[in-house]
Amino acid sequence: MKKFLFGSSDLEFSSAQLSGLTVLRVLIGWHFLYEGIAKILNPYWSSAGFLLESKWIFSGLATTIVASPSLLTFVDFINMWGLTLGGLALLIGLLERPAAVAGMALMLIYYVFNPPLLGLEYSRPSEGSYLIVNKNLIEAAALFVVFCFPTGSIIGLDKFLVKYLKD
Amino acid sequence: MNESANETPQNKNSLEGNNFERREVLKGLATFPVLGVFFYNLWQKLRVDALKKKNLLADLISEQDAPAILSSASSGDHLRLGIIGYGGRGAHLVRSAGFSTPGWNEYASNAAKKNKLNKQYETFMQQEDLNVSLVGVCDLFDVRAEQGVDASKNEVRPGPKPLDTAKRYKHHEELIGNDDIDAVIIATPDHWHSKIAIDAANAGKHVYCEKGLTRTTDEAIDLYDTVKETGITFQLGHQNRQVEANEKARQIFEQGLLGPVNLVELTINRNSPSGAWIWDIHPEGNSNTIDWETFQEPSPNKIPFGEDALKRFFRWRCWFDYGTGLSGDLFSHDFDQVNQILNLGIPKYASASGGIYFYKDGRDVPDVFQATYEYPDQDLTLLISSTLSSRHGRGNMIMGHDATMILGGQSNAGSLGGFTVTADSGSSQYKDKIDSGIINSQYPIYSYSPGSKQIDGITSATAKYFASKGLSYTYREGKRVDPTHLHVKDWVDSIRNGTQPRCDIEVALDEALACHMATEAYQKGRRIEWDPKKRKLV
Repeated sequence: MKKFLFGSSDLEFSSAQLSGLTVLRVLIGWHFLYEGIAKILNPYWSSAGFLLESKWIFSGLATTIVASPSLLTFVDFINMWGLTLGGLALLIGLLERPAAVAGMALMLIYYVFNPPLLGLEYSRPSEGSYLIVNKNLIEAAALFVVFCFPTGSIIGLDKFLVKYLKD
Repeated sequence: MNESANETPQNKNSLEGNNFERREVLKGLATFPVLGVFFYNLWQKLRVDALKKKNLLADLISEQDAPAILSSASSGDHLRLGIIGYGGRGAHLVRSAGFSTPGWNEYASNAAKKNKLNKQYETFMQQEDLNVSLVGVCDLFDVRAEQGVDASKNEVRPGPKPLDTAKRYKHHEELIGNDDIDAVIIATPDHWHSKIAIDAANAGKHVYCEKGLTRTTDEAIDLYDTVKETGITFQLGHQNRQVEANEKARQIFEQGLLGPVNLVELTINRNSPSGAWIWDIHPEGNSNTIDWETFQEPSPNKIPFGEDALKRFFRWRCWFDYGTGLSGDLFSHDFDQVNQILNLGIPKYASASGGIYFYKDGRDVPDVFQATYEYPDQDLTLLISSTLSSRHGRGNMIMGHDATMILGGQSNAGSLGGFTVTADSGSSQYKDKIDSGIINSQYPIYSYSPGSKQIDGITSATAKYFASKGLSYTYREGKRVDPTHLHVKDWVDSIRNGTQPRCDIEVALDEALACHMATEAYQKGRRIEWDPKKRKLV
């Protein structure tokens, strides 16, 4: 459990590695936190538009979610608060690894619901050009790096959590 | 670290320990300044956004408040309704009063099973019970008349089982002659509207009449006078009057946010045979099942029953003998929408042009039709442009000196019946705000997307067309409601409360005359003027 929460204690980083990994964690945290807060603050935000665009193997599931007001409300809630709390956790380095796993799951879900695969055309224009790889996939991979090389117990509140659990 | 000569080894250790701990605590909290920067910027952004919003329209329009459904209709007296003309539209109106056929129930519930986003059936079943019975059905086609009677008996409906069921009448006069009927819904072809509505009003029945109000100007004026004299409750079937987006648009205009409006452009785009009124000829339609002579009684040209008559019976919108084509059929919707927002009234002048350019199928109404109206007293020109052979949606545009409002069409941005307001770069009202960067005239300063959290599946092209005009759905307290239901309810409520419904005879006359002026200008090939004193087109 402890190992999952904080990673192996054998890891040692050079200061360049530590800086790079921390910056990566903080930037993703910042991005998630604002994405989440922006959704919470917008009373009209809903995942419905995104889900209706779903083109790949999950498009049926997406339609089911959108067709059910209670399911859609639940999915919206998970998105708003998942991003906000996950983002905050990554930014301050508290429960960084669980947050990285949850973030990865969200990013991969976003990816598989609307992947930029050959032959799939979306009516919403994307802000860049993507072929198979898009930013969601990259952010998921970056979170995997954060998960494998956690820095929260060095620069982050996980440091105190480790100490508290040890004491 | 500074070392001093008199430090004892113990002191040194504890100092180092303190320093170490402090350094570790600082490292643990090292990203908190970033969090501080985040929240500082978030606060700044929210402040700027709030300031922008305050300077724009959002604070003037309470987005959360949809007009609530006036409740308690069902608490009044039970009303007994008759339907005259149980065709496609008649069936929809009767459904809006709470009566569907078992066939429709099956079709709609299957459609919902096939497409989870199709909420038609759910919307019907959640409809408020209006505490009415359908007791009379009159249709000149036996098949449709029997379906109307079936609808009145159907127990699968919103609310309790029907109190009474319908009797079929062969002629509208017999139905109107029944003293047990309180009110009638008229959904016949246009050429019968005025005769039936006048007869009903004279018999003291309240009237819900489909648009276009009448086939001719004289009929419209006669009907207006009769409604006024008899004091019945009259509602014209423009359900857009119940659409929330149009009410918001009206508020925006009335608050002067568009500035002086000098030009309005209305557009109509369809591109399918059914959109061009080429509807199926019912396989059971023949001289035994259709009362053709009664059908053509009020029309100027008469033909014997045969193949052509069948076409005319089921596709009556294609001939001036029974309706007014694009003018009364589609333009009437758009005119009434803009009349609801701008309160224009009857135009002073109208000119029109167009022709039968695509559907050369024997019809005599144009399939491409343009009209220009002048309102010199209001410094305003109204343009309408319509085609039945291109679906490229252009929306309806109200162009003001300070801002332009685009309704439907491209302003929809995925939602139904919404609109946008975009400031004009030459605006006087917004000049300071444009100069200081608070308003950007490239982007809408206000977007209204009703029910943006609600998704509905709309399948047919015609359904999409009407939805883009905001005629298929509206939203009340976050719930999808059929505006036609609200419109019928508005009429029923008004009968009970003795008030005027939203599309009363006054605005109905505006619509009718605007449409007839365009039709007459097209037919006569010259400009038509409305003389309000003589109450004549000259």
